[in-house]
Amino acid sequence: MSTPMGFGRMHRKEDARFIRGRGSYVDDVNLPGMLYGAILRSPHAHARIVSIDTSAALAHPKVKAVITGETLAGLNLAWMPTLSADTQAVLATDKVRFQGQEVAFVVAEDRYSARDALELIDVEYEALDAVIDARKSLDEGAPIIRDDQEGRADNKIFDWGAGDKDATDAVFAQAEVTVAQDMLYPRVHPAPLETCGAVADFDKVTGKLTVWCPTQAPHAHRTLYALVAGLPEHKIRVISPDIGGGFGGKVGIYPGYVCAIVGSIVTGKPVKWMEDRSENLMSTAFARDYHMRGEVAATRDGRIQAIRVKVLADHGAFNGTAQPTKFPAGFFHVFTGSYDLRAAHCEVTGVYTNKAPGGVAYACSFRITEAVYLVERMIDVLADELGVDAAELRMKNLLRSEQFPYTSPTGWEYDSGDYQKTLQLAMDMAGYDALRREQAEKRERGELMGIGISFFTEAVGAGPRKHMDILGLGMADGAELRVHPTGKAVLRVSCQSQGQGHETTFAQIVGAELGISPDDVEVVHGDTDQTPFGLGTYGSRSTPVSGAATAMVARKVRERARQVAAAMLEASPEDLEWTVDEAGGSWTVAGTGAGKSIQEIALAAHSNLELPEGVEGHLDATCVYNPPNLTYPFGAYICVVDVDPGTGQVKVRRFIAVDDCGVRINPMIVEGQVHGGLADGVGMALMQLMAFDEDGNHLGASFMDYLLPTAMECPSWELGETVTPSPHHPIGAKGVGESATVGSPPAVVNAVLDALRPYGVRHADMPLTPAAVWRAIKGDPIRTDMAIT
Amino acid sequence: MQVPASFEYERAESVPHALELLERYGEDARLVAGGHSLIPMMKLRLAQPDALIDINGLAELSHLGVDGDTLVIGALVRHAALLADEVVGTYFPIFHEAERVIADPVVRNRGTVGGSLCQADPSEDLSAAFAAVRAEAVILGPGGSRTVPIREFHVGPYETVVEPGEILTELRVPIRPGAGSAYEKVERRVGDWPVAAAGAYLRLDGGVIAEAGIGLTAVGAEHFTAPDAEAYLIGKAAEEAVLREAARIAAESCEPQADQRGPVDYKRHLAGELTYRALSRAAERSGS
Amino acid sequence: MRVSVTVNGQNYVREIEPRLLLVHFLRDELGLTGTHWGCDTSNCGVCVVQLDGVPVKSCTVLAVMADGHEVTTVEGLEKDGELDPVQQGFVQCHGLQCGFCTPGMLMTARWLLDRNPDPDEGEIREAISGQLCRCTGYENIVRSIRWAAEKEASV
Repeated sequence: MSTPMGFGRMHRKEDARFIRGRGSYVDDVNLPGMLYGAILRSPHAHARIVSIDTSAALAHPKVKAVITGETLAGLNLAWMPTLSADTQAVLATDKVRFQGQEVAFVVAEDRYSARDALELIDVEYEALDAVIDARKSLDEGAPIIRDDQEGRADNKIFDWGAGDKDATDAVFAQAEVTVAQDMLYPRVHPAPLETCGAVADFDKVTGKLTVWCPTQAPHAHRTLYALVAGLPEHKIRVISPDIGGGFGGKVGIYPGYVCAIVGSIVTGKPVKWMEDRSENLMSTAFARDYHMRGEVAATRDGRIQAIRVKVLADHGAFNGTAQPTKFPAGFFHVFTGSYDLRAAHCEVTGVYTNKAPGGVAYACSFRITEAVYLVERMIDVLADELGVDAAELRMKNLLRSEQFPYTSPTGWEYDSGDYQKTLQLAMDMAGYDALRREQAEKRERGELMGIGISFFTEAVGAGPRKHMDILGLGMADGAELRVHPTGKAVLRVSCQSQGQGHETTFAQIVGAELGISPDDVEVVHGDTDQTPFGLGTYGSRSTPVSGAATAMVARKVRERARQVAAAMLEASPEDLEWTVDEAGGSWTVAGTGAGKSIQEIALAAHSNLELPEGVEGHLDATCVYNPPNLTYPFGAYICVVDVDPGTGQVKVRRFIAVDDCGVRINPMIVEGQVHGGLADGVGMALMQLMAFDEDGNHLGASFMDYLLPTAMECPSWELGETVTPSPHHPIGAKGVGESATVGSPPAVVNAVLDALRPYGVRHADMPLTPAAVWRAIKGDPIRTDMAIT
Repeated sequence: MQVPASFEYERAESVPHALELLERYGEDARLVAGGHSLIPMMKLRLAQPDALIDINGLAELSHLGVDGDTLVIGALVRHAALLADEVVGTYFPIFHEAERVIADPVVRNRGTVGGSLCQADPSEDLSAAFAAVRAEAVILGPGGSRTVPIREFHVGPYETVVEPGEILTELRVPIRPGAGSAYEKVERRVGDWPVAAAGAYLRLDGGVIAEAGIGLTAVGAEHFTAPDAEAYLIGKAAEEAVLREAARIAAESCEPQADQRGPVDYKRHLAGELTYRALSRAAERSGS
Repeated sequence: MRVSVTVNGQNYVREIEPRLLLVHFLRDELGLTGTHWGCDTSNCGVCVVQLDGVPVKSCTVLAVMADGHEVTTVEGLEKDGELDPVQQGFVQCHGLQCGFCTPGMLMTARWLLDRNPDPDEGEIREAISGQLCRCTGYENIVRSIRWAAEKEASV
């Protein structure tokens, strides 16, 4: 595969180190004299702390410090702000509020001793009744979880709504057909294979704090550390090294990071803290946990008119969701999906429970996973009610290409789309009619086969900043580009790859704009001392925002190059035209053969060439890109499953995914991201689950119980593409990182339920484990968020 | 990452040496072979032995082959070796089918047959497979060796008849010409412990069942088997209604516990369904 | 206790605690950080190395068990400056994204091809079924290993 001058398939630049084991992840960072931290966690979901005795741990010969909530309270650090402007305990002082909550932090000479010392800390708890079932969280007499908040008398965090309630109710009142369905999008965890961790190094002499930590948003971390710890921001350097997967789980600041920092300040040595897997699953950001009721109003002939939704959102013990401030339910109100409706309305109630905080993580595009699942399940419920084919019903109601830009009933402005074409392509690839014939024949024989469809519209690439901020930080991204005298370039961006391949694709953007090889572009990211400010990589925002910033900064450089070239050619800048051929980019005098290559211009820009008034030398630029709108990638997915009626086992036979993410910078990387998201969908639909027993014990706290799909559960993915460029993005690209995770779960679930149609089963909640499928067939569905009894 | 607490470590150079070390360290010593049950438990500090006696080097426990009319499987035979052995596959497809669904290929490279049986997990696949074929366990102690029917080997969850100071050395499985066997498992995902699993072993004689073995795991079957169902089969033709009835009896005899793998009714249903499926395939494989 | 382990062809003698896990021995004692860890229960497989040529999960092997044995890690795949075909395959077929599972996948892939030079898709999937990848959906890992098989068959 040769390197293209700009967009196209090319091998990844980052692979060279990873295939040799030369990546540098946070646990690979080793500093002289480094100490190791370990966290003691609560075994209870809800308990008052009576006393903590650390004396035996402190007496351990290799222990250097034991930090408790009391220690932190003395530094005013016992509580920290969450990304949703709530507070979260760093180390518990009064109560523990979920199983696995941080109680004490040990710093020792090595990781084995740190772990040993945890056994030596004696904590006396007084157990309290816990709120585990979100549906009981607002009951009269429910234990109050957040009694640290003055005046709090219940467990409600917020009521929030979007859309026009009266208009929606009016449509429902007159509808020919209505359907309603309760459904749960259960609590899941992104579970990147690298857990969270940090190395903190506070230099007492210089006052400089350096934190290595696998964060998806290094600049936001730096600012928040400054705000939390009161350290001067210019003395904080956050380095996000190679990250072993993030998926949204590495956006926020966790108590362990703060503990590592305090540990370093207290001991004067670098401190490393690495989460183990159980800690990761029990305490760091979960996702979803939406208890939803959807309703659809339609005409008898299958025209969808309105959707209304009620949601009970379980946010755990601290409201720690990472989402734009204005939207406490994230972007859930994009739940009208890809359809042409007259009205829509949603009401979301957020509640505290005695579970870990989080809620927005795991490639969800700020809750669009929940929204797409809701609407795509409801379409199938309606198809079942009307007795029509699910594909036909979708085709009939999808927005038409001439309706774009389209303003949805809940206020979103979809930028571009050609939905019917995409769905038709997926159906053609699947051989939809033949599959339906096969299914009919199998049903005759009592065999269960299902075909599930999902059509999703995503809204990714937050800001614009005036509508979107996190804790007051506007969601716009900087980029800096410097072309060296020999024509080689260095790009500095604020976003941070967790495997997305930014070092390659962002070099390709610069390459396309400047007509140089991506091999000649170095991408610097992940180090706040070396990169401009920006909000980071999540919500599929790297390409829509930082990618746009990259294109714009390259265009600025190209304009500077035009001025320099004009001076070189003694021509007027207006008479120059930009051309890119196999040799690269150049500014050429229109109508003549005279021109200068970008490399010649770069050298001249740094030379003694006299430049016109107002033209600076050198060849560099900076840019802050504030997106005018989100981008709206979309896709049509079809899943084919076989179900064993005797055991309830589901086998995913085929999965067809047609994605439209606008212009593809590197199709190889896009396809890889889609593959990963599809596997996620199979995992969530069929096996991933974090249930709790009545006492709040976490029943999915290791990879023995929190099951992630292997190569055996995944079919060979069949991908297709359509390309509808974003009209407002500089290169027409839309984000794609989360499309497949958002779009695939309903396709799998719809397929399983389609298979179960002979039993009259209309809905069953994820994950559709063999037991859940069998029980659905028996008409006695399992409640999947609580312990099976 | 979780790490074990401290312990003393000894490497056994021979089986007598291992016995000697067991005696020296007493009750708080544990043998370790593949370590894929024990080491994770030690990391989670659910197990904290004072001493580990490593028997990985004992080649005399790694034998696998036919001795007369008996298949002999050394306790230290790795899962991968049992799965790869053609003779085992010829006589006992049940072992290959069970092994293929135990953990994953890399774990099977390390984990051992004896370790799995001695761990005595109530969901252990091999416990059901060995119960189905009525293997015998050979246990060596300071006073010499004794042989225990596998159906008397397990005395409860995580408990066996192997006393402190003793070593399970081998499993002996009688080879009977014409017998057929099979293993059926439902798991939530490849590599998971079973929701339920059943092994079956049938020998037909003159068109009727002369010998029947049923192994069940993860469903609370006493000694991993279903003797009433086995007894029912004897002397009957291996036809669907008969096998279904035996499966029903087997399911009735189980006492499954609800957990996140499934509720009681489902596990009991699986016990029957999988017993039936395993019996059917075992019957197909048995020459009459 | 004192152990002597040959890692990637080089002998190392170290004084270690018996409880030291092989993955920590490689990473912390020898500085070979290419081998990762991802769980505590031998489920994820990012710690896979070869012990006497056979892939094992190094988070569930004590370093003392490797005394007198040979260990090969991802750092030992490249020979005389030439990448192993499985390493090449992962680049050619985009078999990695975040790179965290990659070393373990490579070690198992190498073992698979040593035993079965022409594995089909199902055999490849089974071989890596004890190793999780959260990025690739496995598709391109399977293709990468196939690519390596074909590359080796062509020389």
